[in-house]
Amino acid sequence: MGQLYQTQRAMRNMRKAAMQRGVIAILDVGTSKIACLVLRFDGDMPAPEGIGSMAGQSSFRIIGAATTRSRGVSFGEVSAMAETERAIRTAVQAAQKMAGVRVDHVIATLSGARPRSYGLDGEVEVEAGQVTDGDIGRVLAACEVPDYGDGREVLHAQPVNFALDHRSGLADPRGQIGQRLTTDMHLLTVDATAIENLLYCIKRCDLEVAGLASSAYVSGISSLVEDEQELGAACIDMGGGSTGISVFIRKHMIYADSVRMGGDHVTSDISMGLQVPMATAERIKTFYGGVVATGMDDREMIEIGGDTGDWEHDRRTVSRAELIGIMRPRVEEILEEVRQRLDAAGFEHLPSQQIVLTGGGSQIPGLDGLATRILGQQVRLGRPLRVQGLPQAATGPAFAGAVGLCLFAAHPQDEWWDFDVPAERYPARSLKRAIKWLKDNW
Amino acid sequence: MRSLTGLFRREPQYGMRRDPAPTRWGYRYQRLMLTPLFRIGVRFGLPVLLVAGGLGLWFVQEDNRKAFAAQYERLRGMIEQRPEFMVGAVEIEGADPALAAAIQRFLPERMPISSFDLDLVEIRARIRELTAVADATVRVRPGGVLDIAVTQRVPVAVWRHVDGLRLVDAEGVMTGMIPQRSARAELPLIAGDGAREKIGEALALFAAAEPVSDRLRGLVRMGERRWDLVLDRGQRILLPAENPVAALERVMALDAAQDMLARDIVAVDVRNEDRPTIRLTEQALMRLRRVSENNN
Repeated sequence: MGQLYQTQRAMRNMRKAAMQRGVIAILDVGTSKIACLVLRFDGDMPAPEGIGSMAGQSSFRIIGAATTRSRGVSFGEVSAMAETERAIRTAVQAAQKMAGVRVDHVIATLSGARPRSYGLDGEVEVEAGQVTDGDIGRVLAACEVPDYGDGREVLHAQPVNFALDHRSGLADPRGQIGQRLTTDMHLLTVDATAIENLLYCIKRCDLEVAGLASSAYVSGISSLVEDEQELGAACIDMGGGSTGISVFIRKHMIYADSVRMGGDHVTSDISMGLQVPMATAERIKTFYGGVVATGMDDREMIEIGGDTGDWEHDRRTVSRAELIGIMRPRVEEILEEVRQRLDAAGFEHLPSQQIVLTGGGSQIPGLDGLATRILGQQVRLGRPLRVQGLPQAATGPAFAGAVGLCLFAAHPQDEWWDFDVPAERYPARSLKRAIKWLKDNW
Repeated sequence: MRSLTGLFRREPQYGMRRDPAPTRWGYRYQRLMLTPLFRIGVRFGLPVLLVAGGLGLWFVQEDNRKAFAAQYERLRGMIEQRPEFMVGAVEIEGADPALAAAIQRFLPERMPISSFDLDLVEIRARIRELTAVADATVRVRPGGVLDIAVTQRVPVAVWRHVDGLRLVDAEGVMTGMIPQRSARAELPLIAGDGAREKIGEALALFAAAEPVSDRLRGLVRMGERRWDLVLDRGQRILLPAENPVAALERVMALDAAQDMLARDIVAVDVRNEDRPTIRLTEQALMRLRRVSENNN
């Protein structure tokens, strides 16, 4: 864990350096598309007329945006390194070209890699009567880290709550007086190999990684509104290869998970059911897809097309009801799986149980109705926050992760590695102790 | 399984938009070109370097340098010798013939000359050095005419000095010499050391001496301090150093009232304004005495 602590700290320093240069790229490596946005940070940019400070998010502006079809990524993980590298290169080059600046630092997100959440708590005695930064570092270090297994890495370790003696729910205990400081920490681990593969791909593109984030987390940042984050809500990011789930309360993520099913599975179902290539299936899905069939849909015939040369084969048609009949079970399966994960996480105990559907998969017509039946009454479709300079083409729910990553880049949450290591870890402490011993005994 | 290491990139699947990935080197090249310093270097530094290097290599050859200099001179001469720039005539305004002749000496002998070779500033400075010239403007008029406008000094008096007669203008500057007094008989005569510096006062005195102008010989500066007005028959009017014009006007008034200066006196001394004195001639004095003896 010490290794990781150093790595994450190095990434934080890299991010600081990028902020000083004022240009940073964010990279959303998804299963169906790879998006690259180039952000420019200007210290005191006046917000344009009619727009408020947007909770501090007006400090940056998107000057380059590019999307490319993803290659070599499945289930949100890199499966073919060279292909993925090529796709990243395409996206980064196009974004750089649009921005007209060279980008060296990149913040990346990935949606797969089997995230797993842990809730930790730690407890220490306050040393000086008043809580100091050192106490915070100590209490975070005192959290009992579970055995999350070999081959896994910590992606996020965010303190979500501090309690001092019997007062809980402190956002910032520093300077307060008390004896016993306890904290709750949310730890998110992912597969180390998936992360390493992604980092290697990015490195092959001559880019420096300035941060990593879970896609479920950043989608939640961008598509949940502030009161939803405060009162408790879940964000379901329905991507191409995986569906991310993140649960927020009191503006902190307390749970994240991912279902390894997404829009691509719906497409492959259509492809198999209608005997058409994937590209055609994708086109049919986006043009005619749906999950709730009506009588009208029986009469709406869809040309499937094909170029085999066989007239009968190439002139096949299918009714929209049949298409819905293929899509609906898969979408239901995904939502059922999400329901199970939420139940396992204890989502029903939250005061508010708002569920926000976002991601490219949430654009299926009628999905909100279906989701209401499976997930509960409080379901809405979410779109990402509007940020300055984002092209119109990149404002859809499919870009929730990318936009959320922009916000994450601008205002990262405190993580465990943002606080200094407690002094006991350093040899300076032992030297001090030796001097103290000398003083006491001589 | 299909070959992983195909020589050619696989075509995209049917129905998919072509979205070619840049090659590794293409990607690096683009990033390099987006680096600001490198970009400036390539777009500005490199051409400058190439041009400067080429010129430098060419100029290293001695023959090339000479040829370049010769060509430059030829081109320059061609432009300078164009008829538009040639000056063929001189017009001198406001100068008498003697001064014009003096000015001619400063002008180039060969007259159709390029205006680039004429140093107008130098010519003007040398013309202004002439004593008879108060100011001069020198310019080349369109049509190839060198136009010299001279403001001559106007002599207002003749100054008799040890080495001859000189003309003096109102500022006391000598404008020339004359062989004899009769050459400029109309000008008043002044003499004595320091007379030239007080020319203004002298002119005022001459104006005050208007009633006796037909008898006036001149003004003599005495001891660089005061004036003597000299009339014919050797008469002198000794004027004070302070306020000489008023004293002279009193003498003129006396003369007008009593016809004093026509009498047989040698000098009128008004240096002491409280006690004007006259000096008689020898004969007049003898006669006066004889008359007074007879009366007794």
